[in-house]
Amino acid sequence: MSVDKQTVAKIASLARIKMGDEELERMVPELNNILAWVEQLGEVDCSGVEPMTAVIPNTLRLRDDVVDADPLTGGGIRDKVLANAPAPEHGFFGVPKVIE
Amino acid sequence: MTDLTELGVAAIRGGVAKGDFTAREVAEAFNANVAAASALNAFIVTTPEKALEAADAVDAARAARKRLGSMAGVPIGMKDLFATKGVQTTAASHILGGFVPPYESTVSSNLWAAGAGMLGKLNLDQFAMGSSNETSYFGNVISPWRSRESNAELAPGGSSGGSSTAVSARLAPAATGTDTGGSIRQPAAFTGITGVKPTYGRCSRWGVVAFASSLDQAGPMARDIRDCAIMLGAMAGFDPKDSTSLDLPVPDWEAALNADLKGKKVGIPREYRMDGMDAEIEASWEQGKAWLRDAGAEIVDISLPHTKYALPAYYIIAPAEASSNLARYDGVRYGLRDLPEGAGLQDMYAATRAEGFGDEVKRRVLIGTYVLSAGFYDAYYTQAQKVRTLIAQDFANAFEQCDVILAPTTPSAAFALGDKSDDPLSMYLNDVFAVPASLAGLPALSVPAGLTQSGLPLGLQIIGKAFDEQGVMNAGLAIEQRANFSAKPDRWWA
Repeated sequence: MSVDKQTVAKIASLARIKMGDEELERMVPELNNILAWVEQLGEVDCSGVEPMTAVIPNTLRLRDDVVDADPLTGGGIRDKVLANAPAPEHGFFGVPKVIE
Repeated sequence: MTDLTELGVAAIRGGVAKGDFTAREVAEAFNANVAAASALNAFIVTTPEKALEAADAVDAARAARKRLGSMAGVPIGMKDLFATKGVQTTAASHILGGFVPPYESTVSSNLWAAGAGMLGKLNLDQFAMGSSNETSYFGNVISPWRSRESNAELAPGGSSGGSSTAVSARLAPAATGTDTGGSIRQPAAFTGITGVKPTYGRCSRWGVVAFASSLDQAGPMARDIRDCAIMLGAMAGFDPKDSTSLDLPVPDWEAALNADLKGKKVGIPREYRMDGMDAEIEASWEQGKAWLRDAGAEIVDISLPHTKYALPAYYIIAPAEASSNLARYDGVRYGLRDLPEGAGLQDMYAATRAEGFGDEVKRRVLIGTYVLSAGFYDAYYTQAQKVRTLIAQDFANAFEQCDVILAPTTPSAAFALGDKSDDPLSMYLNDVFAVPASLAGLPALSVPAGLTQSGLPLGLQIIGKAFDEQGVMNAGLAIEQRANFSAKPDRWWA
């Protein structure tokens, strides 16, 4: 499978990365080179093989159902959460208007 | 008095504990080397005051006869992928420019608790994506090594290129690294130092900027195996804040180091012998076998039949996970925002990410988005995860016949900066020997094996069974004791 400029533009839009014409054209052969190379995985007979989900066998844990059990990842830290925001306003993240 | 910056972790810790010198003297000596090495561009931010503060705390604890930690008095470099409270953390990207975490990563916090201090935040490939440290927003890291034949600037390897440069240039006795597809082992090999990637899950990923979560693993980079064993012991441990953290006790790897390999079997994977293999790499691999045989091990041939498919599988899985992980950079919650005049929310996202990500990061996010998109998911991503299962099975089968595996770390010695940066594929191929162990989550290390004719370091790689960091480090120690690698770069930068 290979991609053309229109497909790259679509992927870039899905990935929310703005790309001009020149950049899209530069990306087309670069991505095609990589895709042509990974294509060789198709040669491998994977019938009956399960896709890997965990590289080291492990069980998912549940923590105790307690509010703020770990203060590091708990709540009540609004100012810290907003400390690195580019445009915090009134205790919220500021964004451009989204409702017409 | 000895030059303190020639000492490694064990020697510094021992000297401070005995009172041969103070932790402050050590920190001052390394701070001075760091300050004089700006030409190498190994650090994005230097924090001499943090190194001194930690050193003073250790000196005070010693004076008060308190018990000292396993890294007491050792100043280290911290790869700028670890969140450090109050100190800028960027992953060498523009999009995280000026990001100052209000929290500390588990790994760095463990190291500070063990008595280490921070010399600064080390440069790396942007979001750890690269093998030469040429994708950093903050400029290339320059290897301290130079070939005998030319003065061309060489790649320190990547993505932990600031870490490898800092340790080999004596700017730090040790540094943290992270390995997603070889990012600890390849830079260690390029710069004549030792780097250990533990079993996936040994070191918490909490507070480490995410690249490919099913592969990312932190580990130590230092001058020898003992120093790595000490530092890994301080970094590792169960962390409930990381869902893939291993709930296992941390062994005392340092105490159990043993280079006697009698009764051990070392596997030599025949698929790693590639057509057109560099003669010097092949010779160093042969030398490695002889050393391990001399240490008492039996050498056995093994087969890892799916080796050839590891790299292409990696270049589907890692970009797929990266495209998902990097979706968080949206210009809303932290980092850069680019808001063109009159732009709406969607335009702001797209403009911010266009401005904030470098070319290699964009390339991988696009590949990842494509392979995860509707209609292609099974053909690419599911197929790659099945191949990954086969690669892990290859290792499991091989470990029925051997205890550890010996292979080269890299297909060549360090290349010149600029040599591969225009050709992503040839750059990716540099990790051909490193990626399979990453895909299987296995512990692996690179240990210096010698110099090429041109005077550049080569590394040998040991890969072990899951959870057997000890076996890996013991085999590494056997090589280290026989290689007697003592070469270091000339100090041309200061």
